[in-house]
Amino acid sequence: MAGEKEPGTRSATGEEGGEGIATSGAAPSSDYDHAGKGGASPRQEKGTDGAGGIPSFDVTMRLRRYNPELDTEPHWENYTVTMYGTDRVLDALSKIKAEIDGTLTFRRSCAHGICGSDAMRVNGRNRLACKTLLKDLDISKPVVVEPIKGLPVEKDLVVDMEPFFAAYREVMPFLITRGAEPTRERVQSQPDRERFDDTTKCILCAACTSSCPVFWTDGQYFGPAAIVNAHRFIFDSRDQGSDLRLEILNDREGVWRCRTIFNCSEACPRGIQITKAIAEVKQALIARKL
Amino acid sequence: MSSSTDTQGTGAYAPALESPRSPYRRGKPTRSNWELHGWLFMRMSGVLLLVMVFGHLWVNMVAGEGINQVDWSFVAGKWSSPFWQTWDLIMLWLAQLHGTNGVRTIINDYAERDATRFWLKMALYTATLVVLVLGTLVIFTFDPCMDPASTLEVCRTGSAG
Repeated sequence: MAGEKEPGTRSATGEEGGEGIATSGAAPSSDYDHAGKGGASPRQEKGTDGAGGIPSFDVTMRLRRYNPELDTEPHWENYTVTMYGTDRVLDALSKIKAEIDGTLTFRRSCAHGICGSDAMRVNGRNRLACKTLLKDLDISKPVVVEPIKGLPVEKDLVVDMEPFFAAYREVMPFLITRGAEPTRERVQSQPDRERFDDTTKCILCAACTSSCPVFWTDGQYFGPAAIVNAHRFIFDSRDQGSDLRLEILNDREGVWRCRTIFNCSEACPRGIQITKAIAEVKQALIARKL
Repeated sequence: MSSSTDTQGTGAYAPALESPRSPYRRGKPTRSNWELHGWLFMRMSGVLLLVMVFGHLWVNMVAGEGINQVDWSFVAGKWSSPFWQTWDLIMLWLAQLHGTNGVRTIINDYAERDATRFWLKMALYTATLVVLVLGTLVIFTFDPCMDPASTLEVCRTGSAG
């Protein structure tokens, strides 16, 4: 909140450059000082030249590189860049790509945790590079960035997402209804909507599916993401295709392969209770059979 | 850029990808409830086994004279009662099937090649069959007087009559 207000203050004193920032930020505690300086980052480009700017640090990025046209095996590459307290892993990757090695390849679209393009394995955990602040990681050691596991690597941090999306398509992630088109909207009560609210948050980044050891060894397993998206329709009061979806997930590669180890719930950047959703699908299957 | 990369590429192109996968093709749907029943069986047999195994341990190791009482005649005495015969039979079958299903799951999870998976499972099922048949036979055909020098009550009355 305080940080958001800062730029406004700053623009008023902008001409004074670094001095102005220091005085406006130094009055309260030193913590506040950091926040104030963090807000000042856009100003810097207007010629303050980083004086009194946000704290910066050198961070070593250890990246898993693989160029299919030159390499036979992926290998590790270290890059040291100067980053700021407000920077994310994605910013470090962009900086490496812009300033050190333009061939570095990774996916990103919105860069704000909505599109789900930049899921990668950072320090052994699946995260979105755009939602992981460098200062939250242990920057005294190299920050290890790899492509997500279980999907074929195409180049550097880019994997082939097709098996993931194929499993997603198979659970029929769309509203299925029978009978004539209604003349008015399909009304749904708030509690009915609440029932599947959690699983509507999925952004299909594949962080969960590629953190699942069952998926690592058996790419035929539907994986957490497909089950989450099936859950979203199975528990939708307007949907009438639940039986079809349950039948699909009842098969050999469906929910029964889940080992309830919670890797997916931990990996989800949207905080979806994935393991719980899978358990609810199991419950629905058992309730349907008995 | 493209032309230079292409000339480079034709020389050193390596199609091998990390963790390569055959194209995505799903096996034929079976539309059976096998996995569902397997999953349910694991939970239910697990709960039952908890009761039965600890009951078994209590009766053998703690109740009465404790661990020192376990010998040939103790087992013979237990198996002369249909109650303990049934108890041990159910325990044998539940434990064996529970274990088999668990190992089947592990094989499914860890075996990478289809042939490996198939043969590991065949070995598993063979072992299961042997243990089940042998165990069941022992429970039902157990003869307490197999030992001619037996001093058991049943055997003495048997020889006297």
